[in-house]
Amino acid sequence: MAIGVKVMKRPEREMSYVRAALKGMALTFKHMLQPKVTMQYPEERSTADERGSYAVAPRWRGTHRMLADEQGRSKCVACGLCPQICPANCIKLVPGEDEEGNRYPLIYEIDEFRCVFCGYCQEVCPEEAIHVGVHFENAEYSRDRFVYDLERLTSQTHQVSSLWDPADVRGQ
Amino acid sequence: MTPDMKGFLILTVLKMVVVFTIVLVGVALLTLMERKVSAWMQNRRGPNRVGWAGLLQPAADGVKNIVKEETFPAEANQLLFILAPAISFIPALLLSGVIPWGAPINVNFDWNLPLIGHASFHGPMSLAVADLPIGFLFILAISSIGVYGIALAGWSSNSKYSLLGGLRSSAQMVSYEVAMGLSLIPVLLLAGNATFSEIIRAQQQGLWFVASLTLSFFVFMVAGFAETNRLPFDLPEAESELIAGYHTEYSAMKFSLFMIAEYANMITVSAMMATLFFGGWDIPGRWDENGSALAGLVTALVMFTKSFFFIFLFMWVRWSFPRFRYDQLMALGWKFMIPLALAYIVVICVAMWALGAAGIVHPKIQGLVLLGLNLVGIYIVFFLLDRGRLLSGSYRRQAAAGARG
Repeated sequence: MAIGVKVMKRPEREMSYVRAALKGMALTFKHMLQPKVTMQYPEERSTADERGSYAVAPRWRGTHRMLADEQGRSKCVACGLCPQICPANCIKLVPGEDEEGNRYPLIYEIDEFRCVFCGYCQEVCPEEAIHVGVHFENAEYSRDRFVYDLERLTSQTHQVSSLWDPADVRGQ
Repeated sequence: MTPDMKGFLILTVLKMVVVFTIVLVGVALLTLMERKVSAWMQNRRGPNRVGWAGLLQPAADGVKNIVKEETFPAEANQLLFILAPAISFIPALLLSGVIPWGAPINVNFDWNLPLIGHASFHGPMSLAVADLPIGFLFILAISSIGVYGIALAGWSSNSKYSLLGGLRSSAQMVSYEVAMGLSLIPVLLLAGNATFSEIIRAQQQGLWFVASLTLSFFVFMVAGFAETNRLPFDLPEAESELIAGYHTEYSAMKFSLFMIAEYANMITVSAMMATLFFGGWDIPGRWDENGSALAGLVTALVMFTKSFFFIFLFMWVRWSFPRFRYDQLMALGWKFMIPLALAYIVVICVAMWALGAAGIVHPKIQGLVLLGLNLVGIYIVFFLLDRGRLLSGSYRRQAAAGARG
């Protein structure tokens, strides 16, 4: 033989095609009778507290969410760190300042199509304002809807990502 | 035109409409069943969104296929490209016309119809659209036309994948057609007739041919899988190697025609297995031969159940086994199936001659003797020969190379 294929010496009873074929068919038939594992997605969903096989990991990085303070205003102070660190350059921030000298974002937009969901914005944010979220249902009818403005980011309610902690590799 | 002829024509047209409707609706439901069975075998649920339990899924697929854009490759041979799906589709439907789907019914009517005039029919009506005297020769002949559809589709697409698929299918189907034809000769010998209804009658008198001609059934089943391009033999499609094989370049309804042809062929081969080896519509016992409409209906249901089992077997096998390597496929066809079928013809001929010489003419006793012979044959084929020798694995080639040098 031209190529050196390693050939196992098998006992003859293991080389019967008919028996192997019947065994295989018995196996597939057994699987037909077993319970189905499919989750019926839109009706059944994985929940945040669920620790079953379908649960989404708490460090999942999905579409963003801006946290708000007690008055319902966004926590963002428009420091400009998140557009600075963003590798995809998807955050548009125009800072403004009110009469008391507090900085706030005049415009804060995230283009979720450009976003690579690295989570750096959450890591870098000094006010813990912008977060990536444990969320994956993002379907829209138009592309424009994927540029999330400040109002939309603030009104999101999904759980925020816990991110990956290098000190706690397994997340325990 | 005589009134008798008119009555015959009316009944035949009725039977045509019923059989083709059932076959086409059956094909649609089989596509759903295929997906369901595959899902169940993989612990999934399968399509269950469109209609109750996904029953309208075939309709959704049909609408999709009709609405989709038809693409024509620029360098394709347009005439053959359009003709090929029709060539594989039409024979697949023609085949269902000669299979008797139930026991003959006694029909008596004498009508004066508007436009048609005086029409009458008296006597038993066969539940085949056309109970041809050359029954399964017709099936063998027409089913080989289907090969042209696939080969032409592969050739006319002007694509390397399609061409390879077409080449493979022509080689494969021509080889297995030989085995298929040879495996049916013992049936002819035993039944002494090529008409389906006569073959069924022979099985009613004796044993079902699956008992007296088991090895024939085995060869016919394997060849049937190969003829319908179902999975262990779906080399012409071979997604992992050839994209979609011969129908790579097809889209929309033309692609759909190939699928319909595949499933219609499945129905036909299953019905043939039921008819030739499992007694067709026969229910053991004599009560189903009184010619009443009820007996016709019940026997049709029995025929349906038998065919349905084989259709399920097709799917079961498809989702259990991997595809053959091409040389293994050819080796199985030429080095095993054909010699086996030939040897079996000789064995059956000798056995028939010996039975005749010994004066055993009762068909049931003949069947039992042949059954005993078959048990020996099964032992030889499945236990003595089946030691990794039927297909050439790398182990065999290694041994051969070792023996040479």
